[in-house]
Amino acid sequence: MKPAAFAYCAPTSLDEAVRALQAADGDGKVMAGGQSLMPLLNFRMTRPTMVVDLTKIPDLSFIEQRGDRVAIGALTRHADLEFSALIAERLPVMSAAMPHVAHLAIRNRGTIGGSLSHADPAAELPMLAVFYSATIRAQGPAGRRDIAAEDFFVSALATCLDPDEIVFEIEFPVLETHTGWAFEEVSRRFGDFALACIALSIETRDGAIVDARVAVMGVADTPLRLRDAEQALLGARGDAAAAFGAVVRGCVAPNSDIHVSADYRRALIGALAEKAFTRAWQRAAGGPK
Amino acid sequence: MTIDITVTINGRLYRASVEPRLLLSDFLRDTLGLTGTHVGCEHGVCGACTVIIDGDSVRSCLTLAVRADGATITTVEGLGTPEQLNALQHQFRECHGLQCGFCTPGMLMTGMDLLKKYPLATDDQIREGLSGNLCRCTGYQNIVAAIRAAAALRNETTP
Ligand SMILES: Cc1cc2nc3c(=O)[nH]c(=O)nc-3n(C[C@H](O)[C@H](O)[C@H](O)COP(=O)(O)OP(=O)(O)OC[C@H]3O[C@@H](n4cnc5c(N)ncnc54)[C@H](O)[C@@H]3O)c2cc1C
Ligand code: FES
Ligand code: FES
Repeated sequence: MKPAAFAYCAPTSLDEAVRALQAADGDGKVMAGGQSLMPLLNFRMTRPTMVVDLTKIPDLSFIEQRGDRVAIGALTRHADLEFSALIAERLPVMSAAMPHVAHLAIRNRGTIGGSLSHADPAAELPMLAVFYSATIRAQGPAGRRDIAAEDFFVSALATCLDPDEIVFEIEFPVLETHTGWAFEEVSRRFGDFALACIALSIETRDGAIVDARVAVMGVADTPLRLRDAEQALLGARGDAAAAFGAVVRGCVAPNSDIHVSADYRRALIGALAEKAFTRAWQRAAGGPK
Repeated sequence: MTIDITVTINGRLYRASVEPRLLLSDFLRDTLGLTGTHVGCEHGVCGACTVIIDGDSVRSCLTLAVRADGATITTVEGLGTPEQLNALQHQFRECHGLQCGFCTPGMLMTGMDLLKKYPLATDDQIREGLSGNLCRCTGYQNIVAAIRAAAALRNETTP
């Protein structure tokens, strides 16, 4: 299929892009990498009258250390994150996740701002934003605002952004004291959207967990941070994998869909949680990175 | 509405005036007659339409032609000639990495980028790299073999 006709502009500043969206009066769509928008256009599942290309706006593609955070520009491509030494060092869970995001040719164009704004419930970067408790920064007609990742994702393919708001950067707090982490995902084919996925990060002291971070996706309309599972890990030692798997299974209520049943998904996320625990514990104990 | 674009493809400069909705895949095939780039699914899933834009493999069916303005593009026509295949094409022939040939342009363009960016030290890595390219004929074995052979050759020539 081919897209229906639309007008096109490529503004060179965020202000101009916001004005172009306003002028389109709700019928405009910004395009970043186009890797989710183009399929929708080709199938005419969306028919904007105006496409506002963001890629001519300078300074929206960067990865930089900002105090105890890593700031990432909205137009930064998946492949830039995948091959970044700074991401590998400061946000290792993101680094491990990136090869699972689609395929190289799609990672060469898809952007973090686009992935977050598209809000696919089985996408990796939205889950990582929730996992790291990232701040998503957007600009609209009324100016700029900061949105906590957990407030950003409203339901499947829906965010709290207004139609004329544009994400320009995202700030990820570094989990400085966490020495153990894991990212586990199962998909039908490598690079496909996940059937289920978990990210885990732990801080240990004297052989027990003193702080933990847990997020999952593929098991609900939005990525979820599992605070109950984080609580349950406090004080846990190396033998807690099975118990952690059971807690995570109990935290989720997935639906059945064309891919797999709800029961399969719940069993899968539990198994991935056990695997993630073992891996994170090994890393915290100084095992293989 | 049409927009003027200038694109360098396989070393040759092209100028055209295109509608914003024109896909790069259709620009290459229909406007320029470069039919080596194949179109399977038009939503990013099959990989047949993959081309190299400014050094990176990209789906031409997920690219508007207007966004290629100023870009340097390589399509399968730019890799080698029937008399002088490039190293990867040569391995596809040696290893029988193709049957009907529909997926082959995409496999080659993807393979070129994989060879540039990944160690490809194991077959698992090669298969992961090819996971976005569908082939309905070969069962993939000989495509993997061709890329394995090209990676070995690459490692010999660029230590
Ligand atoms: C075959 C295939 C497989 C894929 N597999 C995966 C996968 O396994 N995991 C995964 O996470 N993703 C996957 N993707 C999606 C890919 O990661 C996309 O790149 C990403 O979801 C969207 O990023 P983009 O920059 O291409 O956004 P676009 O396609 O340009 O835009 C997507 C949406 O977000 C809006 N938007 C874009 N940028 C902004 C912004 N800065 N501010 C506000 N709104 C914005 C657009 O208007 C549009 O509605 C896959 C895609 C394909 C085609
Ligand atoms: S035609 Fe472009 S990926 Fe299938
Ligand atoms: S050789 Fe026929 S599709 Fe791959």
